[in-house]
Amino acid sequence: MTSLHSRFAPVLAVLAAIVAIWYLGAYALNAPFQRDLDRRSGETPTAWEFVVRTMTQAKPTLPAPHQVVANVYENTFLRKPTSNRSLVYHSWVTLSATLLGFAFGTALGILIAVGIVHVTTLDRSLMPWIIASQTIPILAIAPMVIVVLAAVGITGLIPKALISTYLSFFPVAVGMVKGLRSPEAMHLDLMRTYHASRAQTFWKLRVPASVPFLFASMKVAIAASLVGAIVGELPTGAVAGIGSRLLNGSYYSQTIDIFAALIAGSVVAIILVSIIGLAGRLTEKAMGARPA
Amino acid sequence: MSLRNVPWQGVAALVLVLLAIFSPAFTTQELAALSAGGSGAAFPYAVTGPLMLALAVLAALTIVLRPRPAAEAAALFVLVHAAAWLLLGGIAGAEGGALAAYWFLLAALWLIAWRLATVLSSLRPAGRAADTAVRLLVPALFGAWILIVWEAVVRGAGIPFILLPPPSAIGVRIANSVPILAADVYQTIFKAVLTGYVIGCAAGFVVAILADRFLFLRRGLIPIGNMVSALPIIGVAPIMVMWFGFDWQSKAAVVVIMTFFPMLVNTVAGLAASGHMERDLMRTYASSYTQTLAKLRLPAAAPFIFNALKINSTLALIGAIVAEFFGTPIVGMGFRISTEIGRMNVDMVWAEIAVAALAGSVFYGVVALLERAVTFWHPSIRGG
Amino acid sequence: MTGAVVAASRLGLTFRTNDGPVEALSNVDLTIGKGEFVSFIGPSGCGKTTFLRVIADLEQPTAGTITVNGMSPEMARKARAYGYVFQAAALYPWRTIERNVALPLEIMGISKSEQAERIRRTLDLVNLTGFEKKYPWQLSGGMQQRASIARALAFDADLLLMDEPFGALDEIVRDHLNEQLLVLWARTQKTICFVTHSIPEAVYLSTKIVVMSPRPGRVTDVIESTLPRERPLEIRESPEFLAIAHRVREGLRAGHSYDD
Repeated sequence: MTSLHSRFAPVLAVLAAIVAIWYLGAYALNAPFQRDLDRRSGETPTAWEFVVRTMTQAKPTLPAPHQVVANVYENTFLRKPTSNRSLVYHSWVTLSATLLGFAFGTALGILIAVGIVHVTTLDRSLMPWIIASQTIPILAIAPMVIVVLAAVGITGLIPKALISTYLSFFPVAVGMVKGLRSPEAMHLDLMRTYHASRAQTFWKLRVPASVPFLFASMKVAIAASLVGAIVGELPTGAVAGIGSRLLNGSYYSQTIDIFAALIAGSVVAIILVSIIGLAGRLTEKAMGARPA
Repeated sequence: MSLRNVPWQGVAALVLVLLAIFSPAFTTQELAALSAGGSGAAFPYAVTGPLMLALAVLAALTIVLRPRPAAEAAALFVLVHAAAWLLLGGIAGAEGGALAAYWFLLAALWLIAWRLATVLSSLRPAGRAADTAVRLLVPALFGAWILIVWEAVVRGAGIPFILLPPPSAIGVRIANSVPILAADVYQTIFKAVLTGYVIGCAAGFVVAILADRFLFLRRGLIPIGNMVSALPIIGVAPIMVMWFGFDWQSKAAVVVIMTFFPMLVNTVAGLAASGHMERDLMRTYASSYTQTLAKLRLPAAAPFIFNALKINSTLALIGAIVAEFFGTPIVGMGFRISTEIGRMNVDMVWAEIAVAALAGSVFYGVVALLERAVTFWHPSIRGG
Repeated sequence: MTGAVVAASRLGLTFRTNDGPVEALSNVDLTIGKGEFVSFIGPSGCGKTTFLRVIADLEQPTAGTITVNGMSPEMARKARAYGYVFQAAALYPWRTIERNVALPLEIMGISKSEQAERIRRTLDLVNLTGFEKKYPWQLSGGMQQRASIARALAFDADLLLMDEPFGALDEIVRDHLNEQLLVLWARTQKTICFVTHSIPEAVYLSTKIVVMSPRPGRVTDVIESTLPRERPLEIRESPEFLAIAHRVREGLRAGHSYDD
């Protein structure tokens, strides 16, 4: 187990250091307000009591890790998943938009990539724009999409999914163009010596060669998709979803809620990326890739 | 010349133009004038209509007859843009009243432009300069036709301004709002983005050097750094706004957090990129750690570091703009987007987005140029 | 010229590059008869690979004429008249060895049962029986190249085009594969065109050695081998072998000014 130990011990050590710094930070950032509070009420707590008080404020500047954990636990496991205070409920709202958008974005990205690889005109005219769009902050259109669609009566899941589609489309398109073009000249020449048709070259060579690229770009795309869904929840008047929890927390200075929502978002992200990573590894293993 | 070799765009365009010719009218006003007996009432395309159709027919015939590619491209370029110019010019005053002939003609022009792009894409001019020019012209043409069709559809069909303003209105808005846009750019990009970007990238770089020196730190940080890239870090924005206030400092803090990890992960990967042979060579010279770092490993890591700088240029802009959705003083690109959309001033929102896109491209372009200058030796820059 | 497998006459090929035209082949006259083993030898840039690619219709000549099996190279390619072996094995990493060999058969629409039979036969021909289910990366370089030869043999084309197939392998493995290739040639009676830059390899394998030189790529000598068809490895120490090798070396020297 030495290798396992040498792999996980450093990560755990760094995580422990982060938690320790977090506690110190919580004390340092919450202390001024607590001192102020104590002076007004004329209390003189002992040093230990004071430390405990900085970690138990209702609206701390920086909530202590255990406060966040307690909040996440309470809102995940102790509430009914249908309650609108449940993190499971809000995560699901965001997740459904993420998944719908991701599915459409990936399909669209693959379609466009196939077009670009096979039609020179598309390659020359559209590809430069797709590459250029990687450099612009497309997330900025999120509020407009939401508000404009709301103005014509489309609200809820669809507008958010649309933003997710848009954000996940670009990485998949770029990755798949790369992937479908990844076969070496020698492999393409081989197909030519067999007088293989375009469709045969596509299905027997280009598609299998692009699989690693597809999963790599899908990992990026699903993360972008989630960010899109969260940001898409900001301007809707904050009804439901992780984004609305962030915004609500920010309105009412509920820092613990904000951190809890962040944790929920991160957990969703890690689960999604892990699933795609796992699916990618399984697919590549089934295709006989050399084990890493 | 066999019929099979005739480009389909030419045939389709010809059919569409003929349909346009035999359609009753371009606009409802023309239809009204015709039913009134055509007694001198002015209507859109009264004069330019036949001219446009003639230009389109000429262009379609040019495609079908297949002259030399260079000649075909030149002829199509002039004809199709003249026709498009007349089409867009004539719809003024008749917005929302476009009829069949208008749409058939627009579709025909789009096909002709498509054919033009196809011809240009297949050109292989001899000179390097000419080749570059063609390579730039094709995407430029594509972008221009997106705008032309957008303008023609929005105005022809009378799509509500709030849903989608025509590009011309956005252009006018940009021209009229230069001081506001400049102030927003100054607040968001020059204060928040640049400050956060410099601090975030520098911090990521320094920690990467430390992580490279201490294996334990590297083993602990890299898995975390890789994981963080998948997280919606943008969500820390409300907390930063609470800690650092409404002004640019809180946005810069978001940018610092967003740019730190990509820089860390890429630099560490880059520092591991120099080959064993090169490192053994440095060992034979008994070179010190810092000498090896400065003379071999940092130059070898440069492509990775620039990759992070490029990724971060986009992330920084996104971070700052989205963080402004959570609260700002009354200036800034994210602030403008969120308030103007609240007032349904969509043209202003589009203007701001156009400026953000431009700023993003320029920012990225500057980093890419710097990369070219520094890593000119790398195969990806030399062009293999 | 009936009966010739490959017949080239005044063949020329000029590449257009950014630095101006490059004459890869110039005035090549060559006839290859059925059952011959022809080696093309010369320094890099002499056009030996280009000539092979012209036969395979992977490049188009800009001057002269060439026929393969009496037809144009394009028609020959569409008739699947030849198997091509590249410098690298070029096996698809996501296919097992047998599925790699099956690739051309799938493309040519051969029935499943027939495929299985041919895979068995060709893998046996290159001594790879038992490795059907392995992936390429589980095999050594020499075995990979043998698998790629099996793939080229699988669809029973009479002409085998080999572009420095053993160039990336070490000399010990190469000797072994050369021996095996001769056995295979004897058993299958195929016509083989073989590009190499090794003099011993060319002399050992060939019935005809085509010596080429660069700038522009042209044929400087065609040597008919006097060696018998049965060739044990020891033949390489015989005076006859050394005489032919000497002539090849002379031809290479004459065609190359060593200006660089």
